[in-house]
Amino acid sequence: MRDVSIIGIGQVKVGEHWDKSLRELGYYALHAAMKDARLERIDSLFVGNMLSGELTGQEHLGAIIADFAGLKGVEAVKVEAACGSGAAALRMGYIAVAGGMADFVACIGVEKMTDKQNASVTSALAMAADGDYEALHGLSFVSINALLMRRYMHEHGYKKEDFAPFAINAHANAVNNPYAMFQAPVTQKQFTEAKMIADPINLLDSSPIADGAACVIIAPTAIAKEFTDRPVRIRASAIATDTVAVHDRRDPLFLEGGAISAQKAYAMAGVGPHDIDLFEVHDAFTIMSALSLEAAGFAPRGKGVALALDGEIGLSGRIPITTMGGLKARGHPVGATGMYQIVEVATQLRGEAGANQIKNARLGMAQNIGGSGATVITTILEGF
Amino acid sequence: MEVARFWRTKGQRYQLVGEVCPSCGEKIFPPRDVCPACEKEAKTPYTFSGKGEVYSYSTIYSAPEGFEKYAPYTVALVRLAEGPLVTAQLTDVDAQDVKVGMPVEMVTRVLREDGERGMVVYGYKFRPVCANQGAAAQQI
Repeated sequence: MRDVSIIGIGQVKVGEHWDKSLRELGYYALHAAMKDARLERIDSLFVGNMLSGELTGQEHLGAIIADFAGLKGVEAVKVEAACGSGAAALRMGYIAVAGGMADFVACIGVEKMTDKQNASVTSALAMAADGDYEALHGLSFVSINALLMRRYMHEHGYKKEDFAPFAINAHANAVNNPYAMFQAPVTQKQFTEAKMIADPINLLDSSPIADGAACVIIAPTAIAKEFTDRPVRIRASAIATDTVAVHDRRDPLFLEGGAISAQKAYAMAGVGPHDIDLFEVHDAFTIMSALSLEAAGFAPRGKGVALALDGEIGLSGRIPITTMGGLKARGHPVGATGMYQIVEVATQLRGEAGANQIKNARLGMAQNIGGSGATVITTILEGF
Repeated sequence: MEVARFWRTKGQRYQLVGEVCPSCGEKIFPPRDVCPACEKEAKTPYTFSGKGEVYSYSTIYSAPEGFEKYAPYTVALVRLAEGPLVTAQLTDVDAQDVKVGMPVEMVTRVLREDGERGMVVYGYKFRPVCANQGAAAQQI
């Protein structure tokens, strides 16, 4: 197996891109990453995306983006794992390069969500859940997370406002990220008074619907320095699955898929949670940050929220999370999100995070979650 | 119109028909053919009592397509008396009266209607069990 590194990164600002199509967004991120790696040609293209068919009437994304980017004849396919599609695309690219089947691979995450009205997008997102046994009964994806949050509060004795630090931290960090959707802070008061979506989850527990695209170029580490001064090594990439329906889990408050994928990644990299300098969590909802921190071994069961309340998730805390705004404030273009996380960790490890730079960051981790924990991809990166 | 899709799940939706594992006795709902406890094949039908209690709940204000006219409505994870959790709507109860641990029972109700000429999809919902309902039934 070959060692693999990221040699180029690219992203577009997350937001409501009324004037840009899905293929344009994908191409802009790809172009930026290829330019960053000083590359004109790639061997393969993996496109992470969840809802292009449902929200834009376009499937067959591998070919459509390859064609639009002028990459005639290139191998290109779409990878889908709900909100985990982005990091899943990187995992597929990683397998190709590590296994020696390709040298230069572009992994894109792209999503276009603002062509449809709110109720249509809510229905589309519910496809990440169990169609026959959750969505058919009128459950939105938000409400499934709300069931987890209510039970977590019940079992561990937290109040609703205890979850505010996750949103406040994410927004504070997004202020300095020019690619973030919301470059503005939020306060505890705003959090408490935000509009309810699915009780107890309100608007400021939730990541926003958005358009976006991000891309990384990967290549064998042995030749990485020919293309960039600051390659970022992929120390681990691991996918694990769990039941899609939350009701099918023995213990709904433990993300078993998150724990398995983190353990696989730690074993692959030969490290543990105490070695990680920053952690991009999948904060689609505040409750998911807590569950992910616990599954990945940064907090004991029921103590994920306490970690945030103790101020340990900030840029100078014990384990900085959502360092560039997270899903909450950078935005959550679902199938693109996992790739934004990778680009952000790489940005930190290249020392390019500006005001949000984590000092002496060497190892960074991202956990991208599909559904309410059904597909979990953990990636560990190392700066040189 | 997804007639076949709804027709083939009528047993589970109208009557809470799941399965019981012939190897380890695990009661399974929704039916899944492979036992989640022992991973052996489990295809023996088993009808659940419909009794259970609220494990968690949420009131939905922003509803998916097809459910907008029902909002706000309350959904729950219900722990069935036989063991499994099931996801369903609560009915015949005010949202503010719902509590974790509240006893509930299954009823068959309309889940959604797809317009005047579309399908009417029925399925299970859960309602609170009246404290004195059992006593009244015993007197008769």
